[in-house]
Amino acid sequence: MIDSTTLWTVIIGLGFGSFALRFIFLGFVGNRELPAWLLRHLRYTAVAVLPALIAPLILWPGANDGNPEPTRLLAAAVTLGVGYVSKNVIAAMLSGALVMVAGGYLLT
Amino acid sequence: MSSYARGLRDGLPFLLMVLPFGMLFGVVATEAGLSLIETVSFSVVVIAGAAQFTALSLMNEHAPTAVVLASALAVNLRMAMYSASLTPHLGSTPLWQRALISYFLVDQTYAGSMLEFEKRPSLSLSEKTAYFFGLATPVCPPWYLATLLGAWLGAAIPTELGLDFAVPIAFLAMIAPMLRTPAHKVAAVTAACFALGFAWLPYNFGLIVGGISGMMAGAQAEQYFESRRRT
Repeated sequence: MIDSTTLWTVIIGLGFGSFALRFIFLGFVGNRELPAWLLRHLRYTAVAVLPALIAPLILWPGANDGNPEPTRLLAAAVTLGVGYVSKNVIAAMLSGALVMVAGGYLLT
Repeated sequence: MSSYARGLRDGLPFLLMVLPFGMLFGVVATEAGLSLIETVSFSVVVIAGAAQFTALSLMNEHAPTAVVLASALAVNLRMAMYSASLTPHLGSTPLWQRALISYFLVDQTYAGSMLEFEKRPSLSLSEKTAYFFGLATPVCPPWYLATLLGAWLGAAIPTELGLDFAVPIAFLAMIAPMLRTPAHKVAAVTAACFALGFAWLPYNFGLIVGGISGMMAGAQAEQYFESRRRT
């Protein structure tokens, strides 16, 4: 059992902390000019942080005890390929989901 | 179509990842002994899936409160990078809007907004803001509802459906169209490699190492390709 004082300390502390992280630049920098070198780095935040977030999930999925799994690897490759060629987010998501569903039926 | 409506429409597919993920949190939290109120408060106050799961599992292992907070916040460090990245686009909105944007700033609203803002650089400030809130509508309230639903339904939800993979698939689908220039590709590949190489680091720091390396590689590559074009 998790003690209720600990739980609420964590919920409120984590709430404040997460908000502070999200607010720090939007709130305190606002419309002031940012230096060019920083802007150049920020242009790549999305294409850097998101791949860093999902690369381990794709290669070492927790649902497969952290081992690479063919259906998931194929689904990832198809999603990336369809998204890159078509520039269509929905088409890419659906193709990946389709591979997951098909793989689930064929392999189990 | 208004910018808000466009954001709403573009955000609808996120339901496919928010609903199962939120329900899973509800189930896991209930199994850990949290009440309905506690479980839903967690999702409303913190509104960050990965950090919530991290905090919950550490509390289950009776880790010290300071360790729980530090680890879960480390998982959320990327939010500061998102905040910085959105500042050139949304930093001129009034303070109360910036506070609301910050509260609703999660992976999905960030990735969706950046995709749109890069695709349509001519959007005005109010259009960008409306688009952001449009995206947040099918992401954040459903996150609370899914948590509630999960807490109600309990362990009746099978985890064998491969739903864990909804998150990677959705983000891959959003990243792929963003890889427009060689510098963007360099950033993505570098970030992924460093995140994998440093995945052994505790508290998810591998993600931060990967993200920062990718941003630096992208910025360097941009300068390199620009100077080559000029000569």
